Amino acid sequence: MRELPTLPAMPAPEPTAEGYTRREALVMGLFALAAAATTTGCAVDRQAFDDFVAKHFKDLSPAELQDRLAQMEKRYTESYGKPVKVSATPAQEGVLFGYALDLSRCIGCRRCVYGCVEENNQSRDPQTHWITVLEMDKEDGVNLQNANAFYDHETVPAPGKFYMPVACQQCENPPCVKVCPVAATWKEPDGIVVIDYDWCIGCRCCISACPYGARRFNWGTPHIPKDEFNPVTEYLGNRPRQRGVVEKCSFCIQRVRKGLYPKCVEVCPVGARKFGNQLDPDSEIRYIIENKRVYILKEELNTQPKFFYYYGL
Amino acid sequence: MTLISKVGNFVTGTARMAFLGGNKVYYAWLAFLAACIVQALFAYAHQYDRGLISTSMRDSVSWGFYIGNFTFLVGVAAAAVLLVVPAYVYDWKPIKEVALFGELLAVASIVMCLLFVLVDMGRPDRFWHILPFIGRMNLPSAIMAWDAIVLNIYLAVNLVVASYLVYCGYHGIQYNKKFVWPLVIFSIPMAISIHTVTAFLYNGMASRPYWNSAILAPRFIASAFCSGPALLLILFQILRKVSAFEIKDEAIHKVAELMAYAMGFNLFLFGAEVFKEYYSNTHHLVHYEYLFAGLHGEPSPIAWYAWMSLAFAVISFFLFLIPKTRRNIVTMNIGCVLIYASVYIEKGIALIIPGFTPDQLGQVYAYVPSSTELRVAAGVFGVGFLLFTLMVKVSVAILFERPQAEAQPAHAEAQPARA
Repeated sequence: MRELPTLPAMPAPEPTAEGYTRREALVMGLFALAAAATTTGCAVDRQAFDDFVAKHFKDLSPAELQDRLAQMEKRYTESYGKPVKVSATPAQEGVLFGYALDLSRCIGCRRCVYGCVEENNQSRDPQTHWITVLEMDKEDGVNLQNANAFYDHETVPAPGKFYMPVACQQCENPPCVKVCPVAATWKEPDGIVVIDYDWCIGCRCCISACPYGARRFNWGTPHIPKDEFNPVTEYLGNRPRQRGVVEKCSFCIQRVRKGLYPKCVEVCPVGARKFGNQLDPDSEIRYIIENKRVYILKEELNTQPKFFYYYGL
Repeated sequence: MTLISKVGNFVTGTARMAFLGGNKVYYAWLAFLAACIVQALFAYAHQYDRGLISTSMRDSVSWGFYIGNFTFLVGVAAAAVLLVVPAYVYDWKPIKEVALFGELLAVASIVMCLLFVLVDMGRPDRFWHILPFIGRMNLPSAIMAWDAIVLNIYLAVNLVVASYLVYCGYHGIQYNKKFVWPLVIFSIPMAISIHTVTAFLYNGMASRPYWNSAILAPRFIASAFCSGPALLLILFQILRKVSAFEIKDEAIHKVAELMAYAMGFNLFLFGAEVFKEYYSNTHHLVHYEYLFAGLHGEPSPIAWYAWMSLAFAVISFFLFLIPKTRRNIVTMNIGCVLIYASVYIEKGIALIIPGFTPDQLGQVYAYVPSSTELRVAAGVFGVGFLLFTLMVKVSVAILFERPQAEAQPAHAEAQPARA
């Protein structure tokens, strides 16, 4: 993968004039009303105000984005007691990510699950996992109705069983994006489906719409111990999430846009996980798609995942 | 009198009518509803403080009791149309005088719907994101955005028509037919559309085979045509007893007859669904197995309710179909209660929960609402019933109880008669 420009290249709507736009004024009016209606009597601080009026990621001008990133870095640095970087790395041109998973190699050790938790700052309490590893009978084949996501053996693989890790399939035709009433989730040019945690209203339509059970809701306040917090973060990826918003796998957007493998690929002890650029004819992912008998989960739903299962052995 | 003083007079006058001059039972009822609301405020404060983790919903079953109630109440709101259609379009006199109450019920129901959506939101503070112009509505693709639009339009239309008619009755003036008539006609397709769009919310999700059925929207409409009128029939009998409200038995029997047809159609559609699932016997059958029995040898906590709902539906269908039991006041009221309970279970429990159980990866999470959910829901119903009670009290007082000399035949004027 080639070197990236570090400038934010998100589309800028229009240069912001001095003063407030009509939209901003309306939002501020709403905030004033909400604050007035608050019975707790607590002071409305600057941070609460900023969060309330926070714009959609795609509505931020380059300058506003830089402000927002700086604000976040300051806030997270204070919360986690170490310097935190928040980037908004744009997608590279000519890249369409793809993922392949060799079911014949996977042993169900769940190292990917916990590697992902650490890399992507998932909540430890309550526990959030982006990857679900399903245990199924070899005799039965892939039959989700007999799958067990809560197996608890001393050692794996258990006799007669095989394992199928499932996370966001980064669909080309994502049902979750279609149903979001506020467009808080969308597909990026490199194929990654992202979420703006500052715009999500927590209605959970996307969780209902996802055929892969890949999306997670922050039912409680997420908690990450300071020493376990990963300070290299991405706006649309692994930065800390708030209570009441949805999150999911982003192919480790903070890594893959900088030319690194997703964490799960890196930590897999048996090499079951393959990742690369589908548009690069020499890539490993392309070789697998062209030469292995790949399997797509729930292919009949026409979601067109960028996630392929295959039997390599 | 200027318009402003007229409106001011109307507001203070109706407020007096709403809160004064009731009997002991009326004030006890208001106190009961107020208690429901107050305890719910505590429950909601707890939920707001701790997050939706205080509900029993989790990633597996990510919608539950709140959204079930929301769906049921959209049906109740839509059902106002059942009374409006014959009343206005066919100019069928006996029902005409009750159409206004259908509209008031629609207003109260939609308010409850919006509250149920609000308490279900993870970030209620970001409600403005879904507002037109200042937010960012994902149109035309997101059904939830469409639902927000049609529900708010339906609320506005019913609120305007009902309050305008009551306002005219209050001041004893002739209402403007050219203003009311188009709005009433408009509210008919709107009623169909709120329930259709709500059905499409579930229907459009290919990830959930239990909902991904083309007859989901027709089923919603059919069941709504049962539950809404059931509530109104009981209300009319109470009002007839305790106030000057008049309604002929003929009108009640006619509504009951229409309900019998709606329930028959509802059962037919349900049977068609059950046949398709059980005869084709695909993996998708698991949701029906969870609904009616259980999975992996574990009994489902909702199976008992599902069978009860079905039994109630069948019994009430026959009670309303047979003219003798339909016209008997005891059996008719039993039928009303059974229909209401049947549809409430069908929408509140049997629609949402099996859709999520087992989840997309085949995992079973046996969802049962938490005490926080039950308490908050009781409060939302409290708000709706309180609103409905006050509006009905005012309307009855204006249209049926005011001295005729004061406001001429206000009673007759409040109805858009075409005489």
